[in-house]
Amino acid sequence: MLKRLTPLLWFLFSAGGTVAALVFPAHMFVTTIAVPMGWLDAPSYASLLDLVRHPLTRLYLFVIISLPLVHGAHRLRYMLYDVLKLKHLTAPIVAVCYGTAVVGSAAAAYFLLNLP
Amino acid sequence: MSDRVHYTPYHPKWYRRKMSVWWWLEQWRYTKFVLRELTSIPVAWFVLLTLWQVRALVEGEAAYQRTLLWLGSPALIILNIFLFGGVLFHAFTWFNLAPKAMVVRVAGKRVPDIVIVAQNYAVWIAVSAFVIWIWMKVS
Amino acid sequence: MADTITLSVSRYRPEQESEPIFQDYEVPFHKDWAILDALNYVKDELDGSLSFRWSCRMGVCGSCGMMVNGQPTLTCAAFLSSYLPGPIRIEALRFFPIVRDLVVDITDFMTKLKKVKPWLVRDEEKPLSEGEYLQSPEQLDNYKQYSMCINCLLCYSACPVIGLEPNFIGPAAIALAQRYNMDSRDQGAAERLSILSQDDGMWQCTFVGECTEVCPKGVDPAGAIQRYKLTGATDWLKSVLLPWGSK
Repeated sequence: MLKRLTPLLWFLFSAGGTVAALVFPAHMFVTTIAVPMGWLDAPSYASLLDLVRHPLTRLYLFVIISLPLVHGAHRLRYMLYDVLKLKHLTAPIVAVCYGTAVVGSAAAAYFLLNLP
Repeated sequence: MSDRVHYTPYHPKWYRRKMSVWWWLEQWRYTKFVLRELTSIPVAWFVLLTLWQVRALVEGEAAYQRTLLWLGSPALIILNIFLFGGVLFHAFTWFNLAPKAMVVRVAGKRVPDIVIVAQNYAVWIAVSAFVIWIWMKVS
Repeated sequence: MADTITLSVSRYRPEQESEPIFQDYEVPFHKDWAILDALNYVKDELDGSLSFRWSCRMGVCGSCGMMVNGQPTLTCAAFLSSYLPGPIRIEALRFFPIVRDLVVDITDFMTKLKKVKPWLVRDEEKPLSEGEYLQSPEQLDNYKQYSMCINCLLCYSACPVIGLEPNFIGPAAIALAQRYNMDSRDQGAAERLSILSQDDGMWQCTFVGECTEVCPKGVDPAGAIQRYKLTGATDWLKSVLLPWGSK
């Protein structure tokens, strides 16, 4: 069954990779380097919450969380096959990799729908 | 030759070299490939960080401040600088390779790869600038 | 300039050895000699028992592929002067079973190539009276790059997936499938897509890109495969989202 989904998984992997390549550098630079180093002021809780509450922002955040998770899962799966030669463990690898992506996306959806 | 799944007929005198599990260390080009694929780990790390921050927003002001403090600790800044390098490496290798999947023809001639790559980078700069602008507006 | 250069050649004689060993030969250094010329010197003057394949000696037949210093190379296109001071390590093409010395068995590849139907597939042949199939230069341009493949199999030796998954159909076979898919005279794209969407088809490829790096004819099999993945994925989405559309 997984074999029939291969083209879809590759498509999501590509989309996730493109999303990550396009927006992650900027986001990561701001939240993990610029703000902690004091080059940019941290947004106040209220104003950040305001921005995130907007439906477009929620959708955007969901996309930049779920797609790169599938991307990472897909790549990691093939790395485990090729680098660690674990092809015989296909079933658990697939379950853990894509399972994490699904759980992460579900968690994102839950949080984004339950903003105060 | 029959069309069985087993392609090469087994021949006891032919020599078949085994592929070592360290094959990817034997040549720099292969190592570079594995490093490129491993950038999926920094990417996943940042996704989880984002998820964590959203969770903090849901929990309330106190959780949000705690997250900011945690992100500001020296150990985490150093770790994140290193992983940020990984995310950048992902972006650069992605933009350089993506045009291979799409061949664009304009007026019958094939657009050279470098033009597509340049376009990718242009879009990346525009999107990044927009993201940073939004952040600055919110802080 | 050096007078001589050493070739360190992998020998495998099943009747003598259970695994390949290296044998050194000192050959005269000429600045216009290719490695193939040096190997022929060995066979003619030093050791007639050395076995290797070669034919056109000008990079169009694909027979003389070997590992030179660990890289898959056409020995007729690699010059001794690039490898000074030596020694030059020469081995049989990687990931293929070695029959003897530098000769490998390529039956595997021939079977895989046949699987992708590397010929023009038509629903109906035009009768002779209707004349030739016409093709414009732009239509030729679409697939010309992929038609340059000389089946030298350097790409198979460069591809780690072939080493890890010997049943993987491989770069040259997929590039040749694309050569026909993109030929305006061909009508077999759907057939080939269903063959290459199977287990050992294009989805095994992880875009290492080494196949394109070593290809002596600029075929760019990696690019061909990525394009094919995009076609396959788009096709799949279309069949799922628009099931009523005909192929």
